[in-house]
Amino acid sequence: MHTVIIGNGIAGITCARHLRKNSDEFITVISGETDHFFSRTALMYIFMGHMRYEHTKPYEDWFWSKNRIALKRAWVSAVDTEKRVLQFNDSAQLAYDRLVIATGSRSRTVILDGVNLSGVHTLYSLQDVERLDESTKAVLSSAQGARKAVVVGGGLIGIELCEMFRSRGLEVSMLVREPSFWGNVLSLEEGRLVEVHIRSHGVEVLTETELVSIEGEAGHVSRVRLSSGAEIECSIVALAIGVEPNVNWLQNSGIELGRGVLVDRMFRTNAQDVYAIGDCAEFRDPPSGVAAINQVWYTGRMMGETLSQILIGKDVEYAPGPWFNSAKFFDLEYQTYGQVATVPKPDEQHFFWRDLEGRRSIKVVFDAQQSIFLGINVIGFRVRHELIAAYLEKEATSQEVLKRFER
Amino acid sequence: MVLKGIRYGAAGLVLVAMAVFVILPFVGEFRLTERVFDEVVDASHHEALKSLMHDDFGRTFIGVHGLVNSVNEAVTSWNVAAKAESRWDEVIYADYAFTIAHAAAVGWVVDARWLLFFLVFGLPVIGGLLFIWLSYRDREGVAHHGVFHRALTSRGGVALILGVVLIAFYVVLYWFPAYTVNWVLLVDPISEAISGSQASQWFLYGSMYTLVILVMGVRMLLKYQFSPYHSLRTALLMFFQLCFAFIIPEVLAALNLPAQDLKNIWPLDYSFFFDYRLDAMLDAGTFGFFLLGWGLLLFMVVVPVMTYFYGKRWYCSWVCGCGGLAETAGDPFRQLSDKRLIAWQVERWMVHGVLVFAVLMTLAVLYTYWTGEASLVQVAGWSVSSYDLRSWYGFAIGAAFAGVVGTGFYPFMGNRVWCRFGCPLAAYLGLIQRFRSRFRITTNGGQCISCGNCSTYCEMGIDVRSYAQRGQNIVRSSCVGCGICATVCPRGVLKLENGADDGASRTETKPFVFGNNQIHVNW
Repeated sequence: MHTVIIGNGIAGITCARHLRKNSDEFITVISGETDHFFSRTALMYIFMGHMRYEHTKPYEDWFWSKNRIALKRAWVSAVDTEKRVLQFNDSAQLAYDRLVIATGSRSRTVILDGVNLSGVHTLYSLQDVERLDESTKAVLSSAQGARKAVVVGGGLIGIELCEMFRSRGLEVSMLVREPSFWGNVLSLEEGRLVEVHIRSHGVEVLTETELVSIEGEAGHVSRVRLSSGAEIECSIVALAIGVEPNVNWLQNSGIELGRGVLVDRMFRTNAQDVYAIGDCAEFRDPPSGVAAINQVWYTGRMMGETLSQILIGKDVEYAPGPWFNSAKFFDLEYQTYGQVATVPKPDEQHFFWRDLEGRRSIKVVFDAQQSIFLGINVIGFRVRHELIAAYLEKEATSQEVLKRFER
Repeated sequence: MVLKGIRYGAAGLVLVAMAVFVILPFVGEFRLTERVFDEVVDASHHEALKSLMHDDFGRTFIGVHGLVNSVNEAVTSWNVAAKAESRWDEVIYADYAFTIAHAAAVGWVVDARWLLFFLVFGLPVIGGLLFIWLSYRDREGVAHHGVFHRALTSRGGVALILGVVLIAFYVVLYWFPAYTVNWVLLVDPISEAISGSQASQWFLYGSMYTLVILVMGVRMLLKYQFSPYHSLRTALLMFFQLCFAFIIPEVLAALNLPAQDLKNIWPLDYSFFFDYRLDAMLDAGTFGFFLLGWGLLLFMVVVPVMTYFYGKRWYCSWVCGCGGLAETAGDPFRQLSDKRLIAWQVERWMVHGVLVFAVLMTLAVLYTYWTGEASLVQVAGWSVSSYDLRSWYGFAIGAAFAGVVGTGFYPFMGNRVWCRFGCPLAAYLGLIQRFRSRFRITTNGGQCISCGNCSTYCEMGIDVRSYAQRGQNIVRSSCVGCGICATVCPRGVLKLENGADDGASRTETKPFVFGNNQIHVNW
């Protein structure tokens, strides 16, 4: 038995590791991006000089051969699900018995004037960071051009890019389409709190502002035009408008695609013995409380864990516990657990508290009738995952939860 | 822009001070006279050395080197003759180079000692504090931008130069102390003010060590001003260095009592049971008995009890002098520790090996103290005495490892090389921490993103991430509980805890990281 995993991110590698723990089959992991698994979430720290690429590798290089996980550095160009053969872009081939697609996401781009100019960036891969590094160095060492970057998108990648550019001393403007920072996830109050913090780090935050076009001189970015009519002189434009499943390369494979690779709750695609996990997978019929496409580190990991059990014959479906996620906005830590909408749904009430300094806030979501605890956002606090998950699972009351925050 | 200029200027002051410091051993005037000789050299050696050195009386040496040669040649030629004629009791072991040079110093270095004192010690304090204040005055979070872009903190050329200077300094301090004499001259007035006697090279070293911990301690206080834990432990380290390591022993010496660092604990304080120290304590009346009892109490009771409740951090990163230097002056280099598995394997053999060596050496010394028998092993004309053991230990562990490697290698291998690979007390504390302590670093459910900040900034080279990403507590004998991993974690995963713990869960590994409900499924 030879299981081939395409993609050496957290989903594919977690699957490979747990599969190795429980079975003796041949395992091959393929990646075109890097030789070894690294933490994609740490890319910003490489750019900022907190770490080097090698620090972001969670396992030493000998780990893979010791655990008999074969690594192959190549880009897959085609899949033949009938013959069970992968075609690489250098015309080599590899046969598989079972195939796991874990190719993650790619950055979403827009079609508008100037998007192909040099100095326009996205942030997803190691190569993206290398390009950002070169571009930033060029701007800083050049006498011409504004020492300014414009970040398009007021979300997690957007704020990472702001911090990255600020760490190198560039001026930064951030364009946020919504009325407040990360408006599709955070409430207006939370977004405002974060915006004040972002501004305190020298970033100009422009809400309800979109990019209209990018203008260049000699092939390089020189200014952007905004929906407000304003223009900003800049030398770098970073697009952080979300990611989408990286599945275009499967167009003609016969594997059924929606936005991502369509799978059931056991990650099976329409093709025999072909599975998909992580960012690139899309549930045809998601488990309750789970989105069709899940694009965070933790879901990738949990899908990898679950698929490893399915591959060794366990009869299990994807069943993550209560939703959780976390992030860091410059110096502000953020954690979320359960279902937290931006504004209260009809049967919900939201309790919101923040301190005067704008360093901490809590938002607790509960059921309006029975006061059952449904979810929580915290900024500037660290709360225990196990504790909150237990509250959510046993349907604790909001009073019980809030009591924990009393001094 | 102006601030940036001031900041560079401040750094420049520190560099000027370093330059003056490095030049000093090569300059100055030393006038050897019969009076100097009579004052310094022990009366029993007058006859032996005077005729050999007589020709140089009245001579003025430019730079200490010539004088050192003259003294050492005289002593060596006397000793060669004495040994050749088997007059063993006439061999001279005293090192007169330093004391004669100290007494013979004349000329501009002595005249300008206050100006030089200001240049060598005042400038770096002023420049250092100004630079630190401008760099960290309003920190609200982790300040690690550019750590791996700067040569000094990523083993670049500047780091190489700094490392070589540090190593050279320790070699001179331990084995060629006569060359420290121009530095020592600068701190003589301070030593005289505190204890009434002239400074030795150890007073110089103690002053510099304390000054560095205080100035770089201010850096830590500002860099981590948002963290109560780092503020408290840094303040404690500064306090214990200034009061316990520096001032109290000097005051004790002035009172003619055994000068002891009351927070130094055997086996780190490896000479605690040496005959001269035991005799000094036993001869010092009630206070001497207190010192002896306190020293025994520390390693027999205080260490196990405190380590049970708080882990070894109560000593290693709140109290200890080596830890004090590592946590302040060493902080810029913490990311250079080796995290590979092989380093951990070497570490375990090495640090526990030193502990075994320290215990055996101490037992041998005590055996000699009680029985008067120095010889331990005699095989075919080859013999080992307890004096051999303790001088090997002093050379290899006390000086070479703790000093030269321990601090000189900061810019290459990080700030805890000694603590991690060599400190016998750390090994002892570590055994308690690993097997009989409540202390552990917990990992918050499934929130780890494997980014690697924790492992990168672990000064002890622990691969913290490997535990965090499995949802396992970090329980490692080497962990000094500095807490930087928890601070640099961008997801609030790590927390240092010493609350009650049921034991079984301390080092348990779960099949899956928390968050995936599949682990509740019955298979």
